[in-house]
Amino acid sequence: MNETVYVIAFYILAAIVLFSAIGVVVLKNIVHSALLLALTFVGVAGIYVLLNADYLAAVQVMVYAGAIAILIAFGVMLTRRPNMKESNPFNSSAVVGFVVAAGLFGTMAWAILTTTFPLGLTAPTDEISVRGVAKLLLEDYTVSFEAAALLLTVAMAGAIIIAKGAKKA
Amino acid sequence: MNTNQDILLTIAATLRSFLDPLLGNPDVVDVTMYGVALAAILGIIFGNAVILVWAERKVAGYMQSRPGPNRVGPIGLLQTVADTIKLITKEDIRPKGVDRWVWFLAPVVLFVPTLAAYAVFPFSEGLIAVDLNIGLFYFLAVASTVTIPFLMAGWSSNNKYSLIGGMRSVAQMVSYEIPLVFSLIGVVMLVGSLKMSSIVEAQSGIWFIFLQPVAFLIYVIAATAETNRTPFDLVEGESEIVAGPMTEYSGMKWSLFFLAEYANLFAVSAIATTVFLGGWQPPPMPAVMRDAVAFIPGWIWFAAKTYFMIFLFMWFRWTFPRFRVDQLMSFGWKVLLPLALANILVTGVGIYAYRIAIGG
Repeated sequence: MNETVYVIAFYILAAIVLFSAIGVVVLKNIVHSALLLALTFVGVAGIYVLLNADYLAAVQVMVYAGAIAILIAFGVMLTRRPNMKESNPFNSSAVVGFVVAAGLFGTMAWAILTTTFPLGLTAPTDEISVRGVAKLLLEDYTVSFEAAALLLTVAMAGAIIIAKGAKKA
Repeated sequence: MNTNQDILLTIAATLRSFLDPLLGNPDVVDVTMYGVALAAILGIIFGNAVILVWAERKVAGYMQSRPGPNRVGPIGLLQTVADTIKLITKEDIRPKGVDRWVWFLAPVVLFVPTLAAYAVFPFSEGLIAVDLNIGLFYFLAVASTVTIPFLMAGWSSNNKYSLIGGMRSVAQMVSYEIPLVFSLIGVVMLVGSLKMSSIVEAQSGIWFIFLQPVAFLIYVIAATAETNRTPFDLVEGESEIVAGPMTEYSGMKWSLFFLAEYANLFAVSAIATTVFLGGWQPPPMPAVMRDAVAFIPGWIWFAAKTYFMIFLFMWFRWTFPRFRVDQLMSFGWKVLLPLALANILVTGVGIYAYRIAIGG
């Protein structure tokens, strides 16, 4: 496809990502925020597609956007306010939050601007990218991959025990 | 490639050669052809829903020894058309307490993942909207977002039955998505590719239902749960929670839920056909017979197998009682998931042993 289509698609996706991300922060209703968060993730997945990273885009949709439903479920279950319209309120940390966010943005902008990105001569094909990810995870970084898996399993088992209440030994 | 061209491919090629001089730019032609593919998919979804609603009622009728719809048109074929006209003319009621935007968007958003999933279905050799390298994974990723619109509808309706239905849909769909994905991994390991056309081509000798029977069983059970059909229709269980997330919807919005349900039913059946039943390929048979049926285009085989799967799902619906919520959860996590994991292990060992046996 030609350049124009890419440029148009990029600006549409970028607008979706930015506006829905602003909505996540600004909106007062926590369910609305969560739904817009899903839209943000889908928009980011679209940008991955434009970068020829199809596999990453699918992972983004499956892991992040797909899990939003669970986030909303928790949001509904854990907010015990009579009025959902004020379930995502602002508080006095707004100034501190702004400073931290500005600092993070400055650091990231500095890092991105000072890095030179090497341009590959050949575009990686997706067949290789799936294989490449598998090779990295299961050969080169097996130990850290397995450690992460173990940690997640332990955390999940712990959460279930805390929620259900373990029998006293 | 076959010597005798598929008629649908011929139409596509003719359309392309007609558009080429008209539009000039090849990129514009590509984009236009994607639009044509989208229109064709929409046609399949709508036409299919009309037939499936009728078929469901006919199957239900035969299962219960009664004729089913038989008044409008020959053998009741136009019943769905009459119903659709009725639905369109109905008043669209918006209850006072609903969360306006979320409530309005839920049935529309429900359609997005369904429509997106159809892009990777290989209806025949070369007859696929986009043959992605990650086809099967793309389908699973897109299908994993179907939960969100159900929860949107359930929460925004501001009705306790709707909310219970929405919460049930999260619990059920998230739980059964995992065995669904794991059941397909066995096939992906055998093929070594996620591309839909490669998966179909790998089955030219033997269908994967014979190599992966356990995976097929797990897939069918999990797919029934993913489409919210009996025995897994707890999400909308009408004898418990009215109609679950759809309780407050009426008229055209309600029929969109209906349409999406049948589109999803076709989608899971098409995936079962592609992954386990050889897709657009005729059944394995001697060479003489193969030549005799060579004139049948691939999409006829594909449609026949898909409709067989749909019939199977309808059969389930009218013969099994509904699960209880706790049974649903324990069955998914304590039976299907370990079984799917064991299937992956056995498949892996089997592939390894086979490689050693052939000395590869």
